[in-house]
Amino acid sequence: MSNIHPYVGRANTRVDGPLKVSGLAKYSAEFGAEDLAYAAAVPSAVAKGRITALDVSAALAAPGVIEVLSHKNRIDFPEDDEPFKNDMVAVPGSPFRPFRDDKIHYAGQAIALVVADTHENARYAATLVKATYDVETPNVDVATSANYYDPPEKRDGIPPPPDPRGDAKGAFDRAPIKVESDYRVVAEHHNPMELQATTVIWEGDGRLLVHNKTQGVVNPKNYICSVFGLDEDKVRFFSPYVGGAFGMALRPHYDVFLAVMASLKLERSVRLVLTRAQMFTMGWRPDCLQTLSLGAETSGKLTSITHHAIQATSMFEDYQEPIVNWSGLLYDCDNVSLKYELGKVDTSTPSDMRAPGATTGVFALECAMDELSYAAGVDPIELRLLNYSDHDQNDDKPFSSKELKAAYEQGAERFGWSKRSFEPRSMKEGHELIGYGMATGCWEAMTMPHKARATLTADGKLEVACATADIGTGTYTILAQIGADALGVDIAEVTSKVGDTSLPMAPVEGGSWAAASAGSAVKLACEALKEELLKHARGLDNSPLANASLDLVTFSNGRIALKADLAKAVSVADVLKSAGVEKLDGEAGYAPDEEFTKKYAGYTHGACFVEVRVDEELGVIRLVRIVSAIAAGKILNPLTARSQILGGVVMGCGMALHEETKWDKTLGRVMNANLGEYHVPAHADIPEVDVIFVDEEDGSNPLGIKGLGEIGIVGAAAAVANAVFHATGKRVRELPITIDKLL
Amino acid sequence: MMNFSYTRAETIADAVAAVAGDPDARFIAGGTNLVDLMKYDVMKPGRLVDITRLPLREIEATDGGGLKIGALVPNSDLAYDQRIQRDYPLLSSAILAGASAQLRNAATTGGNLIQRTRCYYFYDVATPCNKREPGSGCSAKTGVNRIHAILGTSDACIATHPSDMCVALAALEAVVHVEGPDGQRTIAFADFHRLPGDEPQYDNTLAHGEMVTAVELPAPRFGQNHTYLKLRDRLSYAFALVSVAAAIEMDGDVIGETRVALGGVAHKPWRVPEAEALLKGKFATRELFGEVADRLLQGAKGFGDNDFKIELARRAVVRALTQAAAGAPQVQSNKIVN
Repeated sequence: MSNIHPYVGRANTRVDGPLKVSGLAKYSAEFGAEDLAYAAAVPSAVAKGRITALDVSAALAAPGVIEVLSHKNRIDFPEDDEPFKNDMVAVPGSPFRPFRDDKIHYAGQAIALVVADTHENARYAATLVKATYDVETPNVDVATSANYYDPPEKRDGIPPPPDPRGDAKGAFDRAPIKVESDYRVVAEHHNPMELQATTVIWEGDGRLLVHNKTQGVVNPKNYICSVFGLDEDKVRFFSPYVGGAFGMALRPHYDVFLAVMASLKLERSVRLVLTRAQMFTMGWRPDCLQTLSLGAETSGKLTSITHHAIQATSMFEDYQEPIVNWSGLLYDCDNVSLKYELGKVDTSTPSDMRAPGATTGVFALECAMDELSYAAGVDPIELRLLNYSDHDQNDDKPFSSKELKAAYEQGAERFGWSKRSFEPRSMKEGHELIGYGMATGCWEAMTMPHKARATLTADGKLEVACATADIGTGTYTILAQIGADALGVDIAEVTSKVGDTSLPMAPVEGGSWAAASAGSAVKLACEALKEELLKHARGLDNSPLANASLDLVTFSNGRIALKADLAKAVSVADVLKSAGVEKLDGEAGYAPDEEFTKKYAGYTHGACFVEVRVDEELGVIRLVRIVSAIAAGKILNPLTARSQILGGVVMGCGMALHEETKWDKTLGRVMNANLGEYHVPAHADIPEVDVIFVDEEDGSNPLGIKGLGEIGIVGAAAAVANAVFHATGKRVRELPITIDKLL
Repeated sequence: MMNFSYTRAETIADAVAAVAGDPDARFIAGGTNLVDLMKYDVMKPGRLVDITRLPLREIEATDGGGLKIGALVPNSDLAYDQRIQRDYPLLSSAILAGASAQLRNAATTGGNLIQRTRCYYFYDVATPCNKREPGSGCSAKTGVNRIHAILGTSDACIATHPSDMCVALAALEAVVHVEGPDGQRTIAFADFHRLPGDEPQYDNTLAHGEMVTAVELPAPRFGQNHTYLKLRDRLSYAFALVSVAAAIEMDGDVIGETRVALGGVAHKPWRVPEAEALLKGKFATRELFGEVADRLLQGAKGFGDNDFKIELARRAVVRALTQAAAGAPQVQSNKIVN
């Protein structure tokens, strides 16, 4: 029997799994309409300059072509930036808008949109659009940006570096042990399986039903209504499934903008699916140059930390991440100086990509800590314990919970860290040098305001609903688990609904906040539903629950019973019947406890352990074992939770060894804009990954949970790099660590 | 992708006539490369002549004690054929080092030979490329060229031939059987692919309308003294940065004939007979293998990103010859380089 409560905390397979593996789960490019037209975006051949002529005659004459849109015949939209900033993930600057004018900001920028009767005709006609350009020389390398600057306007929700504390420079100068190094994390693109796509269904009378790949339907709906002046009551976004996103689908992209524009202009349904190459013409993890200086006593106790980062952004927006802040947070140190600057490049604006900021900044910090461990002659874990921080020195407050010591301990035990010999190049088998490396991970445990609804019908079925997204993380499943527990029903009787603007409001799904926030909202909505049910139950004739309050009753298998005497019960069906309704709703909103967040710093932590083997002569790197120990509050579902950590770790391995977006520096074009040449790890690259969740009690939300979507990647690349150093004695500070860097 | 017409050939003669008579026509078999190139608008054939129904799917013994492999034998069938595994394990190993299982199922023997370079610029129609558009220039020489050639390059082109299988076929001195409008002929493997020179648009020496019908292997002679060593940017599903096919005739401890071919370094599988001859009649030593590597790489030239390939190739040659001499070939399912 499957309805053994509680479901929360138990491994439940994905409730949407059967739909996904059978192809019944519909993604944004899979919705259709009888009048559907197909669009293809025409990319700019140059990276910077102006369009001097645009010849669309051949495209218009091609078979099946309905219309070719460009800056010359687009529909009107506002000149002001403000309507385009109706985007909860917008950054300071002037948001990009396709077809605004003849200006080219980056290679691949959409310069025209061909709309035709079939996908194939649209794609073919797109190749016939001929543009001529007045070309300027682009700069796509942050290392050669004209200047570096502290962004004058700070990005909403991204804390700027904290003020310096103590005297980092003086302490560094006096320190008996110093390490100072430059690191570079190169540009990466998210490369989810699902292409960015939008299908706009023209429903007549100005009504639009939009299926858009997004990490939160409310955001693109607000944006589209704002920029095209549409009536919010006439626009619905419905995107029930998302085939991976990793942050790239937080902001509305040009697919939704252009598809809606074409639909409005042609007054018919339009679908636009971007190409894989066009996936490289939008958000990306920006290239970042970093310098880290650590000063320490001979024991290894830190006396000084200086971290300076220069990160790429576009010419028109100041995208920002918290890169350096982690260096003031992770370790106990009284003299800290942190600086974050931007450098402009001729590309699209970067965007959040799995643990934005931490992935990049903690890589440098954790490599520098490894360098310090050798400089001081202290084991890397001992060094971290020696400098362990049980207080957030950036914000001067205690942690809501921090079981990082347990993660170090359990991870090291499982990994067999004690078998490591300290010296680099000291372990070898055959042609291969063996290296053990580790690193710490850290990410924010955030929640955001969410609303949810719980609905119970007379047949005992429960629906829980929230406009959040499930981008493959398991949101459908955990919401069903929470609902099943709250109402005491079998999880098979529970349906989760997400990804629809007709559902109770949710922000974008990002920052690892969805499980804790949407989950809490669903739990509260279920409580509201129970109140409603009990109210009606009390009012039944001769109700056995007449004087019962919610804490005195239990909900189980379609019955509401007195806890003290389970025989005194009513059935939910009777309650609904006597109330004369088919169903009852409970709605509630969750908001972060501001008193709590004022008092406590909330973070998830992890410790990643990696064994690599490196062919001494050839530089071939093999990952052999990985252990990732995570402290992230209560675990809702060990199966989906483990998958989140696995995905993060694999992405960290890709960052360490494979991933790099390669721009031609003269042409300003991405040259490896496909999955053949943009390397992500293949199965052969990834060994067994052992995930440990350590026990952690946290009081920041009703469920006691923290997010898991991002913590797995933070520190993983540093653990690999540190293992490579331990194996080879070569410190590679610029990712990815490829064969040539080890010759 | 542009519109194209499609016909299915029932005989080799029909196929050849159909393509030879139409400058815009191309043969298509597995399509694992051509369809990609059409989607990228790099190749725009007006007509595809499907040859997959032609009777070219057999692997037959030859009078000379070798095997004749039909052009339509899928890469996976070839790699797992018992005769190939027993007598030409180098070929089997090289095939299994390439692509993915799905691609190997679809890709054919003939198609593997005529697949085109994976140069980034060749694939991007917005950039100058002499191979795609003769006379437009070579962007790779001063651009992103990590995967590009270090040997046999020209001012016009620094692209590589991407095949693994062909590196083994070069080492095994296979013979390519072709049929064209003027009849049948054979081409020694070393003469099949060409260097770019000032006509990089031609990858090989086939005339338009000529079709590969078979690849013939001479009688086996190397036993277990062979290896295919492939070094790449991830452990599977990536083209070779450098690969080495090596086969050695051992007479006790003394080396007889040796074949070494390099992949990922030139517009064709790279062989230098003088380098191979250095080993004849000698005992296998690391120093001697180093001399072979130096001779193979004589004149090698990097273009920036790919400078490292010269040293990497040198080390790979030494390791591969060591493996081959010891009768300890690289196992492709095991990512440890032995």
